[in-house]
Amino acid sequence: MATAAQTPRFVHPAARGGCPFDPPPAYRQAQQDEPISRVSLWDGTPTWLVTRHEDVKAVLGDARFSSDATRAGFPFISAGARQLSTGQPTFIRMDDPEHARLRRMLTGEFMIKKVEALRPEIQRIADDLLDRMTAGRTSGDLVREFALPLPSLVICLLLGVPYQDHDFFQECSRVLLRRDASAEEVNAAQRRLADYLVGLTEAKRAEPDDGILSRLVARGELDTQEIGAMGRLLLIAGHETTANMTALSVLALLRNPDQLARLRAHPESVVGAVEELLRYLTIVHSGLTRVATEDVTLGGVRIGAGEGVTCMVNTANRDEREFPDGDALDLTRDARRHLAFGFGVHQCLGQPLARLELQIALNTVLRRLPELRLAVPFESIRYRGEMLVYGVHELPVAW
Amino acid sequence: MLVHIDQEKCCGAGSCVLAAPEVFDQRDEDGIVVLLDAEPPADSHQAVRDAAAVCPAAAIRLEQA
Repeated sequence: MATAAQTPRFVHPAARGGCPFDPPPAYRQAQQDEPISRVSLWDGTPTWLVTRHEDVKAVLGDARFSSDATRAGFPFISAGARQLSTGQPTFIRMDDPEHARLRRMLTGEFMIKKVEALRPEIQRIADDLLDRMTAGRTSGDLVREFALPLPSLVICLLLGVPYQDHDFFQECSRVLLRRDASAEEVNAAQRRLADYLVGLTEAKRAEPDDGILSRLVARGELDTQEIGAMGRLLLIAGHETTANMTALSVLALLRNPDQLARLRAHPESVVGAVEELLRYLTIVHSGLTRVATEDVTLGGVRIGAGEGVTCMVNTANRDEREFPDGDALDLTRDARRHLAFGFGVHQCLGQPLARLELQIALNTVLRRLPELRLAVPFESIRYRGEMLVYGVHELPVAW
Repeated sequence: MLVHIDQEKCCGAGSCVLAAPEVFDQRDEDGIVVLLDAEPPADSHQAVRDAAAVCPAAAIRLEQA
């Protein structure tokens, strides 16, 4: 039986290497020969690394593993990440019942039928962006001109945040999600963003609109600071993830031309295709973190109370025991059991929106750009290995 | 097959509605699960099993009648 006294296998997060769409080799190796193993973090503190689908599901679905980042032993992948999780924590870093109380103020906003009603608007936004990108040109950066503005415009619309401020909040977001940002840098970016959203919330109080911020004000259950913090969470989570999934999905499809051709020929298959791309790419590549509140035995390993646990959803989504031939991108696969949105009561709140945005983004790009191809050699693409959310920094394409 | 839901446990992720829209819906005010058919016909049993399997909050329980 493994114990906490074991020597750490490696320092998490480990270096990337091999295929840029695959989890780094160190994690794949750990999943092979020691699926629940001991690794150390940047400051030398140890954390359990959980790599199999079954075990990741078990941890994330078990209330004995806490999301409260202020608890002793909670694992952080950097000093900046610790600041991000503990300075003005939102409900994603809380446990029930407080987590459920706050989350339920938002679940109605992202439920399937409400999100589905946004389809024409999201389609219009996608078409407008491509109109602008392609006007008089035959090449451009798909990240800057399409993948990033699409979900940013949508979340701004939903929240009631003016999109013209996007340079400001995207810059803050870049700092917050940079793994090597210092605690001071993260704190400063967090404060600027918090001040901005608190100011915006004050403005909604005076002049309400049809957005989520105004509806949270109208509920009268949260103060301005709390609404601002919730808005900050939704603004960041609402655009970074979908943006990176969109661009990385397009790149993965360009590298798998048979799959791309299949999706282009069968646009109605996009629903399942998006699930498989979520599984295959799993952009939350640094793991989901918890701390044990009591001793738990998991897969024959005893995890002690107060010990940190890092769940690698990216390796779990390649687990051969759950997804045979999991390293292959196969858009015909039933991939719905993937853990790209996490699992348990903290599973992504915005997943219906993310799905719809991805479905529309991919189908629109494939339909409107029949000659789509990379404008640079594949080897020169820069990946976001240093960011909390994986993806590409730019995607130069031609059409 | 008998379907039981637990609205206290539900976290409103909506996965059940995607898997089996004829059996599950979401409450308008907060997106929490609503059961449309507690005894669904045989041809939707697989979809209901899929819904229970992907529910992140273990809020769906199935009972073989």
